[in-house]
Parts: sequence; structure tokens; C-alpha cells
Amino acid sequence: MSLKAENISFSYDKTRPDSKKTLSNINFEFEEGRFYSLLGPNGSGKTTFLDLLTGFLKPASGTIMCDGKDINSFPKKELAQKMALVSQDYYINFPYTVREVIAMGRHPYVGRFLAPEQEDLDIINKTAIITEITDLLKRKITCISGGERQRTVFTRALCQQTPFLLLDEAFSNMDINHSIKLLNFLKKQIQATKLSIISVFHDINFAAIWSDEMIFLKDGEIITSGSSETVLTSETIKKVYNIDSKIEYNELANSKQVYFCTN
Amino acid sequence: MNTVVKAIKKRRTGTLVTLLSFSLLLIVMISASMGYVNINTSDVGRILLWKLTNNPDIAANITETARVIILDIRLPRILTCAAVGGALALSGTLFQGILLNPLADPYTLGVSAGAAFGACIAIILNLGTFFVSIPLFAFVGAISTLVLVIFLSGSSNKTGSNFSSNNLILSGIIIAAILSAGISFLKYIADEQVSVIIFWLMGSFASKTWVDVVAVSSFLTIGFFISILFARDLNIISLGEKSASSLGVDIKKVVVILLVTGSLLAAISVSVSGIIGFVGLLIPHMVRLITGPDNLKVIPISMISGAILLVFADTITRAVLVHEIPIGVLTALIGGPVFCWIFKKSHQK
Repeated sequence: MSLKAENISFSYDKTRPDSKKTLSNINFEFEEGRFYSLLGPNGSGKTTFLDLLTGFLKPASGTIMCDGKDINSFPKKELAQKMALVSQDYYINFPYTVREVIAMGRHPYVGRFLAPEQEDLDIINKTAIITEITDLLKRKITCISGGERQRTVFTRALCQQTPFLLLDEAFSNMDINHSIKLLNFLKKQIQATKLSIISVFHDINFAAIWSDEMIFLKDGEIITSGSSETVLTSETIKKVYNIDSKIEYNELANSKQVYFCTN
Repeated sequence: MNTVVKAIKKRRTGTLVTLLSFSLLLIVMISASMGYVNINTSDVGRILLWKLTNNPDIAANITETARVIILDIRLPRILTCAAVGGALALSGTLFQGILLNPLADPYTLGVSAGAAFGACIAIILNLGTFFVSIPLFAFVGAISTLVLVIFLSGSSNKTGSNFSSNNLILSGIIIAAILSAGISFLKYIADEQVSVIIFWLMGSFASKTWVDVVAVSSFLTIGFFISILFARDLNIISLGEKSASSLGVDIKKVVVILLVTGSLLAAISVSVSGIIGFVGLLIPHMVRLITGPDNLKVIPISMISGAILLVFADTITRAVLVHEIPIGVLTALIGGPVFCWIFKKSHQK
């Protein structure tokens, strides 16, 4: 499966089409079996880009193509079998149990007139073991910490078993131990099942370790993209974030890492 | 009692639904036996069996008066009451789920104000003599209000889904405020009919017929099936728009279908029996405390509980109190303190 953005432009203010666009003229093709990271300063359009890719927002011009077809032509449930999203709105209004929230990840596969099958329950249990959340299954989602809630939502997205997984700062509240375990698991899945990840990161060093390709956005445009070896330079950091930095290879991380100049 | 506690603890929906349905049947029969003329409960049972099986021997030694009282006077009233209770509780469940607001109730979108306004016009123009026209006017008023509120809150901005819960609630409040002013004005110019208006507004099940039973219960049946079909989508909507959309829920479609369903249930209820508060707000909350928030459980259990509560309240005003007081007043008087107690208890944990 492939996901392709063709000439995407988008603006939140529909009444003034000439005003500054949130995204303009984005072209990018996401291939299967790769880890992409989206980076850029606040308001650069990272989340908007993800929302357009999932079809939650409709582009003002251009199309998002999935396997050569416009994503807006897919039935909603079929699209939910291709793409899963861990969004930032992981606040949940009602006191569902963690298990109930995770089970919602199987919704795209359960018919309106049917109940979830044994297979769905097995997937839920297996995934909960992977994300180390089995102890929390009976707890209420309103009574657990932000990081635990994020892991719940992450587990739910994994249960969707989609070829594309979109992460919007999915590790922002998670402890380092769980973040690394989950990212290593994702890396294994990428090799085993051709899973593709598109993840918004704020932590450039984290992104550098796990991404096959880093995409830097600024003011709604792609500044540069490519592997960390080629695009992660102090010139890029200066251009995107307007900050001086030093970049060197780190053995422990087995990738380039950035050190920022703080004064 | 032990089984009840067990069922609640294990959250066994099936057992709970069966138990509650049985309680509903029992309370309907007890209620039918109570009143100005006392008829014993076993006779009520026999009259019912006779009607259901068409076997004249079963009710052979029961007087004609008793049969008429049960079949033509009490049962239509009690069953209308049960259906309205169910409809209001279901409607409340839907509104709280869609609007993600614990304060939402069947009247949040101004359906009650619309119905009241329609009814007031019918009363002022003295259309009440045609009998059916007050409920009809109320229903038309409720539906027009709903259409207006949905039109007001739907944004032309194409980002995301079209109905934000804040927009819907705000539109409902604005329209209801305008209509309330209209109702006040109508009361002011109504002269001696003002007492009719006030009595209608407070709600009553007096002199309901089988037509009312059929009207409300057919709305309720259809509403129930639609709600159950969309119960899982309603659960997922509480995750937030973005997540719900990524899980394959067509939010706009689900919201519109359930809003219309909830509003129609509220509209038919208000048209038949006036404005009865608290059932739609209170019951879903109480049920959620027992079953958890899963709407597949909350919807059927709320419905039956709403029916039981309203039949209970109506029986008190009809058969226990010396003077019949408006049922809307009674539900608030019983429901209010109970709710306060549960509310306080639930957030002390």
C-alpha cells in the first residue's frame, strides 16, 4: 500500500482563500515498510498534514491518493482498516475501562449488526501484552495518568492492524522506557509486516534514531526530506528552527544526534 | 436481592434487563390495581390474560365495571406513561452521548419550548375542542424548533465535522429563550385560558387513550432499534472527533441520525404528556453509575428504568395522593434529592 500527497494546499480560514495557507503545495509519497518522521516548529502544519492524510480534513486543492485512489472515495470503515491514528486528543469524556477503549480499535472490522468475535478478543489480549498494559485493563480511563492513557490509545491504534500507523506526538507523555520499547517494537513490525509509520516528533534526536526518513516542515512547506545522514545538518536546524547547533554521530544511539547552542 | 447485587457487580446486562422488565410488568399491574376503585392485582392479571389469550373463562367472574376501568381507563394511562418514561430516558442517553455533556437532556435543543409554544397557540386559538390538535400543534412546534436549531448550528466552514456540541447547545438555548418569551406573551394575552396553558406545561397523563399508547410506543420501538444499531458509534464519539473519525465512524452521519432520533422521542413525549423534567437527565446518569458508560448496556437499561420511574411517579399522583398534582412537579421533587445524593456520593469516591 502507498499513500501519496499530490499538490496539497490547505487553509483553516475558508473565507479568505488568499490568506496565508497552513499548508501549500505539498507533494510527498509515503512507501510501505518505512518509518517517516515529521518535524518542524509549532504551527508549521505537521498535525494538519496528518489530518489531511487520514481524511479528517479535506484539502482546499490537491488530492491524497491511497493505492492510486482518492481517499475521499473510500468508505470510512475501509479507510480505518488502512490507517490508524494516535492523535493528541486522548482525553475521554466517559469513564470507560482501558479494555473497552482498546476494544474500540476493532470497530472497523465489526459489522453494525454483529458483535466482536473471538479473533478480535485475541488480538486485543495479544496487543495488550506487547504494550505492557495488561495490569491496567480493568482500570477506568479517567483514573489513570496521562502517559498510561497515551499507551492505551497507542494499543487501540495497534489493534486496528493497519498497514499505515500515524502518530501525532504519541510519545509526548510516555516514560523513556516505554517509548523505547514501543519504538523498537514498531521497528520490528516494519521489517516483519511492511508496516509504515508517519510520526510527528518534537524530539529531533528521537526522530533521528528511528526514522528512515526525516521530513522538515516550516510555514506549511517541506523544507527538506531524506535519511538522517543526509538531511540532519546544522544548516537544516538553523533554517527550520532558527537555532545554532552542533551535530555529531553518537555510538550509543547509532545515529546522528543534535546538541543545541543554548545562549 | 442477592442475585440483583451479583448481576450489578458482574455487569451482566442480560440478567439486569430481564429483572428490570419483570419489575416493570409488576409495577404496571400493581399500579393498575390501585386507584379510586380498588381492583385486586390477581384480577388485573386475569383481565390481561383474558385479553391476550382471548379465552373468556379466565375473566368470567370479574365485573364489567372492573374490566372497563382496567382496559379503557387505567391501562392506556399507565402504558402511555411507561412509554413516555422510556422515550425520555432513551432520548436523554442519546443527547448526553452526542453532546458529550453531562447536563444535556431531551430538552437541551429547545424541543420542549417548541412543543410548548405550539401547544399554547393551539390553546389560545381554542383549537383544543378538536381534541387531537393540541398534541399535533405541539409536535409540529417541536419539529420546527429542531430544524431551526440544526440549521443554526451547522457551520458552512468545511473543516472537520459540521456540528460542534457547543454550537448545538448554544443554538438550543437561544431558540428556547426566544420561544419562552413567546410563551410568556401568550400567557399574558390568554386571559382565563392561562390555567389551561399552565396545566399543560406541567405535564399530565390524565385521560390518555390507546391512541397515545400506540403513538408513543411505535416511536419508542423505532428509536430503540436505531439507537442500538448506532450504540457502538456513540461510544466511539466520546473519544473525540479525530479519533472517532480515524476508527471509521462517520461522525456527521451518526450525529444527525441520533440527534433526530432523540429529538423525535422528546417531541412525541412532550406532545402527549407535557413537559416532564428530570427523567431524561437523571436516569442515564444513574444507570451509568451501575453499568459503566457502554451505550450497548446504558440504552436498554435506561429505557426500562425510565419507564419504571415514571409509572411509579404517576401512580403516586393518581392513586396515592388525595389531589392529583402535576407529574412534572413530582418527578422533580422525587428525582432531584435522589440525584443530589447519588451525585454527591459518586464524586466522593
